[in-house]
Amino acid sequence: MRIALFVTCLADTLFPDVGKATTVLLERLGHQVEFPLAQTCCGQMHVNTGYTQDALPLIRRYVRTFERFDAVVAPSGSCVGSVRHQHAMVAARHGDAGLAGRAEAVARRTFELTQLLIDVLEVEDVGAFYPHRVTYHPTCHSLRLLRVGDRPLRLLRRVAGLDLVELPDAEVCCGFGGTFAVKNADTSTAMLADKMRNVLDTRAEVCTAGDSSCLMHIGGGLSRLRTGVRTVHLAEILASTRDGGRAW
Amino acid sequence: MSTFLGMPGPSAPPTAPPGVGHLRGREPFPVAARRALADSQLRRNLGKATATIRAKRAAAVAELPDWEALREAGRAIKAETMLHLDSYLQQLERQVQARGGTVHWARDAAEANHVITDLVRATGSRAAVKVKSMVTDEIGLNDALAEAGITAHETDLAELIVQLGQDRPSHFLVPAIHRGRAEIREIFLREMGDADPALTDSPPALAEAARLHLRREFLSARVGISGANFAVAETGTLCVVESEGNGRMCLTLPQTLITVMGIEKVIPSWRDLGVFLQLLPRSSTAERMNPYTSMWTGVTPGDGPQEFHLVLLDNGRTAALADETGRQALHCIRCSACLNVCPVYERVGGHAYGSVYPGPIGAVLSPLLTGVQQNASLPYASSLCGACYEACPVKIDIPLILVHLRARHVEEARRDRRLPSAEAVTMAAASWVMADSRRYAAAQRASRSGRALSRGGRIRALPPPLSAWTRARDLPAPPPRTFRQWWRESGRRSS
Repeated sequence: MRIALFVTCLADTLFPDVGKATTVLLERLGHQVEFPLAQTCCGQMHVNTGYTQDALPLIRRYVRTFERFDAVVAPSGSCVGSVRHQHAMVAARHGDAGLAGRAEAVARRTFELTQLLIDVLEVEDVGAFYPHRVTYHPTCHSLRLLRVGDRPLRLLRRVAGLDLVELPDAEVCCGFGGTFAVKNADTSTAMLADKMRNVLDTRAEVCTAGDSSCLMHIGGGLSRLRTGVRTVHLAEILASTRDGGRAW
Repeated sequence: MSTFLGMPGPSAPPTAPPGVGHLRGREPFPVAARRALADSQLRRNLGKATATIRAKRAAAVAELPDWEALREAGRAIKAETMLHLDSYLQQLERQVQARGGTVHWARDAAEANHVITDLVRATGSRAAVKVKSMVTDEIGLNDALAEAGITAHETDLAELIVQLGQDRPSHFLVPAIHRGRAEIREIFLREMGDADPALTDSPPALAEAARLHLRREFLSARVGISGANFAVAETGTLCVVESEGNGRMCLTLPQTLITVMGIEKVIPSWRDLGVFLQLLPRSSTAERMNPYTSMWTGVTPGDGPQEFHLVLLDNGRTAALADETGRQALHCIRCSACLNVCPVYERVGGHAYGSVYPGPIGAVLSPLLTGVQQNASLPYASSLCGACYEACPVKIDIPLILVHLRARHVEEARRDRRLPSAEAVTMAAASWVMADSRRYAAAQRASRSGRALSRGGRIRALPPPLSAWTRARDLPAPPPRTFRQWWRESGRRSS
């Protein structure tokens, strides 16, 4: 299957390993990955901070770049949530009904990584090997906007060597929330403190999730406190193999 | 008096005016939140109380196989009511009057306070007993009565704690949720006047002390004041649900009863009431049915209050109704499920929101009532996690309204100000950069200068406003190569 990768601006700039892992994983499963260089950002930060007008060119760019593909995948529940639930709405808010219609069509073919693997490619065992104690944090937008449910857990349970431990109060927000993390830094940090306490209680060495943004927040706190626990994107775990390790 | 009732008119409907009532905080949310976050007693009280009620609610809701259908019914009834709010309100007015009640229309808080003060004065009484009510707090009724020399006695246990402690409510259902029982004991001993000095902090002992204190008020009161959970248009019946029975006392013992309700509380029929009486108790107290449901229709000769007044309050509701995205906030039945599941509310409590309506629903309702510029920090007081939408018994899409109000805030600020804020400039610049992939790649290359700030692959301090991030969190140093550089160098197909 020919799949376009929407790597997201955050992974492109700060977490390239997440994009590499997504590519390597899908290629290993026998699919051709394309990366349209015209892509930039989904515009979620603009929309969620109130700047819908400034998001409009980004939405237009996303639609133009990806509408020729049968399937688009992004290693982010939040960005896919924005594509699915905000793009058409913002276009309509600014009176561009044509763009709204096109955005809706692309959104239907845009998938978060675990949705693509389980619903479209129909695979649960991706042949990964990851000999570590791992806990999984379901990010709010993958959980409540996209309803990915237990898809990430089903994939993780089939990873050889992986010791999966349940995260207490897993479904409570980590406190990232985009610009919320800066505008309401104190509240965001208080939420992070509780999330970190729960992560540390699991005695896991790795906290994983499907969003680099939430992981940047959780990992930033864990690093600041020298907890020795690291954050790793789900794609990186699924891309790891017995022979190659991290082959990218 | 007439009201526009959400009809498109020549000018925008009026919002709730400043200077009266409790819809605005004195300081922005982040400032108030910082203080609340530092209060370890508050954090413990709130954490414990919300965790308990969250678990109980989940169990109560799980008992009903048709919960989702009930939620949808609740949503649909409210949406339909809002579309024809003007005719349902007029029907309610006719029915209440036909059964011996008097109806007053109040455009805003000041008008409502004026009407109610005059009504109490006309009875010759200098005191009134009150049923727990959000709307009387919204309009600042107790202060208005006090100015007229009338004492309002709160009779709900938690409201009594708040009133005696000269405090503000911080939750719809549990106004004193921020207080622990040791604090409550201290307040009773200090303020009640007639509390037993040997009073312990056991809940039954505290409840008994309140009961003895309140009984005297009930037996001597000549005027009762209440809000309303629902008003049934087809018969003019008012409905109050509660747990303690103190509301029942206020609604039945006094000679005169004055009920204030927001215009959005009307529902068309008794059939509709059946839906909400299933949704509300499970969502709020996690009970199958609340202990006391009081309903009254006008005046019944020789039984209960012989004089009944209904005050219908707008106070910005028509303005909220005129907002196509925001109007669903008026569907709220004040169950407080969204407060109890909100990770922000759980940590900062109700006072940080500055308004009588706290939590996720307050973060949308307060700005809708006052105008978004006067509660500008509230729509941002959320991480948009969506737990509130999932819990709401009438399916109010709170995250959607929050994002919409942020857009309204930015659009109105852009329209009214000549100079854009630093944030607006940054957002416009980011949009310009990311609207073009070459500019975007150039900016990515420039961001690599951030590597100079890093030690051991981590950035530990950034200048403002990003210092708000690095106060508590490290940031990874930008990698040597971006993903798109790697892709190109890997020889893979670019399209």
